[in-house]
This record gives sequence, structure tokens and C-alpha cells, in this order.
Amino acid sequence: MSEQLQATPICGRHRALNALMAPFGGWDMPIQYEGIIAEHSWCRTKASLFDICHMGEFLFQGDFEASGLEDVFTFSVKTIPLGRSRYGFLLNEGGGIIDDLIIFRLAEDKVMIVVNAATAPKDFAAIKERLRGGVFTDITADTGKLDIQGPLSRDVLTGLFGEDIATIPYFKFVTMTILGVEAIVSRTGYTGELGYEIFLPAAKVCELWDLLLKDERVKPAGLGARDVLRLEVGYSLYGSDIDEATTPLEAGLEGFVNFNKSFVGKEALLRAKEQGSVRQKVAFEVAGRRSPRHHYEICSGGDVVGSVTSGVFSPMLGRGIGIGFVTPELASVGTPLVISHERVSMEATVCELPFYRGGSVRA
Amino acid sequence: MSIYFTKEHEWVNVDGGVGTVGISDHAAHELGDITFVELPKIGAVVKQFGVLGSIESVKAASDIFAPVSGKVVKVNDALEISPEVVNESAEADGWMACVEIADVSELQNLMTQDQYNDYLKTL
Repeated sequence: MSEQLQATPICGRHRALNALMAPFGGWDMPIQYEGIIAEHSWCRTKASLFDICHMGEFLFQGDFEASGLEDVFTFSVKTIPLGRSRYGFLLNEGGGIIDDLIIFRLAEDKVMIVVNAATAPKDFAAIKERLRGGVFTDITADTGKLDIQGPLSRDVLTGLFGEDIATIPYFKFVTMTILGVEAIVSRTGYTGELGYEIFLPAAKVCELWDLLLKDERVKPAGLGARDVLRLEVGYSLYGSDIDEATTPLEAGLEGFVNFNKSFVGKEALLRAKEQGSVRQKVAFEVAGRRSPRHHYEICSGGDVVGSVTSGVFSPMLGRGIGIGFVTPELASVGTPLVISHERVSMEATVCELPFYRGGSVRA
Repeated sequence: MSIYFTKEHEWVNVDGGVGTVGISDHAAHELGDITFVELPKIGAVVKQFGVLGSIESVKAASDIFAPVSGKVVKVNDALEISPEVVNESAEADGWMACVEIADVSELQNLMTQDQYNDYLKTL
């Protein structure tokens, strides 16, 4: 893992803004600018701009069924309507999650696949190996991605780029000309707020970044705030909450698996359904301001029954929140748990997701 | 009054036989947004460099160590509701506890303000 960190086109601007930088998924990324809580709060009330150029984008063009693409993911690609996107998984033979991803239906025979940064190379290899035809290309290096998220994001974008954006429903996108180039503006995100993901040629991404930040309603936000925002609404983080050793069933994400079609990993999932899971994802709230953290133990009746995969102090709830995996009999809402680490221990209660329900995501 | 620092970035401000204890501006800045402060109980007896309490930020959780041995006589319980005060004023309003100093000679194990400033340059 001594590979050099990759830098997004925006990297120089992050440094000029005096951002705290850290490695994430093989990339040198901004963790915070003015502070995680200030950036979190700005996103929940105004509009925040995130540099997401590190994520991977692949293009596939060809016959979805003849090429085998239709059987690659846990959801059907051919039934995604034009101009819509769909979330789901790429699984291994054992039903473990190679990655979670979103597929955008660009044309009758064309999709864009958006994947996590750290997993992009293995995703590309796994998909390519399963294809028998079509043209499959990695466009990550040429593609810039900026997320603008927050209740004012729609006003900001329509002011700059026109009213077409105002009517994009959740999980739909439009292809339009921005700054003289073709861009995809998608009503998706990772914050639980009204927001957009914008894909455009990497050569133009700095220009768009500068333009958006000229609006005083928009401030940059780092991956620190992004992690708090996503956990408050219960989104999984690949590499923490889900990985190749975790199935969508254990992770409570069966809703993104279509058992009425074939896909790699289906037999393993069907077997797992029959046998029952040995562990189950739970969400829990802590009584107090302490934060559960990744790898803290989850205990019940003095025994270790699982571990925390994500945890933060939630500014919206004013208490610690977390996600972890426990034995299934402890997964029902209301079950008391103890989160423990060294001399720290916190009382917690299993709760429903999302933790925070006040977001503008469907506004 | 005179202020001393530990290598773990706590300070103690000594006035008579009582030391007021907190974490340094540097430590607060490094932690980022502070979300929780665990204070000792009044009456607790702490040992120099033993655990006095703990502090959590969005980024990290760490123990706070006592700069001096002695009995805790006062705590800043406002921090339980507003831990962000430590970010705003780590070396004044963000104080954590007052300790009745058991042995003033322990102050020799600490750094003066100048020594601490030099120490920060080495980090």
C-alpha cells in the first residue's frame, strides 16, 4: 500500500483554503475546512459543495442482456428508465459486497456506473470479467464530480443554469450544457438533504467549483462533515459498514436486491436466507454525548455480542449514534446495548433508521 | 498565578494551594470540534499524570491526565452542556477542574509557558 496518493483537480484549491487533508481511498482529500460541525450545519441549512472527483465512473455501451451486464448487479439494469438512476450492489460468489454503486441510464444501450474510490480498480476488474460483450471503459480520470447538497442547492443551481434543474425528481438526472460542456446533473447525494451530483469533464471541474463558491449561500464541506451527514440518515459507508465479508441481507439492505433476476451471489444469498444470518446490522442511539466509534465493542449481559462499524456524535440529535453488527436476537428496536472501549462504556438502545428525519432530501 | 503544562497538553494554573486544570489551545485545536467532556467527581483524588477525565471530538477520543496530584474541589460542569467552550477558550473559560495540590514539588515535572511553546515547535 505504498502507492502514491492521487490528487483531484481541486486539490490545490483545498490547500489554498487551508483544509485539513488526509488519505481516503487512495486519494489526498479534504477532511475539513472551517470545522466539521460548522460544515455539517451549513449543509443542513444552506448549500455545501463537496469535491467528489475521487469516486470512480465507468461507461458501458452495448446490449445489456447479450453482454451479461444484466446479471452483474443485484438489480436490473435494463429496467432503469432513461434519465433515472438506481442503487444496488456488485456481489462476489459468496454474496459479499464488492461494492455499492449507482447506475445511470444514459441511453437505450448505455449506462454510467458510479463506484467508490478505494474499490474502483477491483470493481472494474470484477465487472469486466463477467462481461461477454459491449464496450466497457473506465472514465474516472477524465470525469470530474462535484456534489452540491443542502436545502438551498436547487435555488443556487437554477440561478446559474436555468429552470430545467428545478424539476428533476429524486434519483433522476438531466444531461445539459454547463460551462460549454456536456454535464450530468443528478438529483442524488449522500447527506439526506436536497442535493445534486454533477458530473462533467475533469478539465472543467475547477471552473465549476469556483463558480459555485462565488455564491455566498455555498461553502465547501469536507469528508468529515460528509461522514456525519450520511450517518445521521443511516447510509452505509463501504469499507466500514459493508464489505466483501458482509451480505446485503446482514446489512439490512435486502431492498436493493432483486431475487426475481439472476445475479452473481444470488445462490449464496438464497442459502443464507434459508439458514438465517448469524449477525444483523443495528442502529443505536447512545444516552449522552459520547461518540461510539469504529471497532468499539457492542456488549449485552456482560458478553461481547458485536462491534461498531460507524459512530459519531450527531449534532442534530445532540447525542452519540452508531451502526454495528450483533447477533440477530439483539437486533430488535428498543433492545438495550452497552458500547464499550477500554475504560469507556456507554448505554445505548437499538433504534430505527434514519436517526435524523428532518432532511430536505425529497423536498 | 503561574501556569504549567504537561507533554500531553494539559495546563495547570496555580493560585495558592489550588491548581485550575484544562487542556491547551493547541490540544483543543488539534482535536477539532469538541462534543463531550467527562469531568472528574468532586472529592476524587487524582495522581499526577493519572487519568482525570476524558474529552471527545468529532475526530477523536482522548484521556485528560492530571498535571498534579491532589483532591478535586471544583469542576466546570457548564462543559457537560456546552463542551464547545473548550474550543472557544481552552485556557480560560474551558477549564475543567480545580485540584487541591498535594505536593507542590511535582510542579518541577511540568513545563513553563516558554518551555511548552518551545516543545510545540518540536512536534
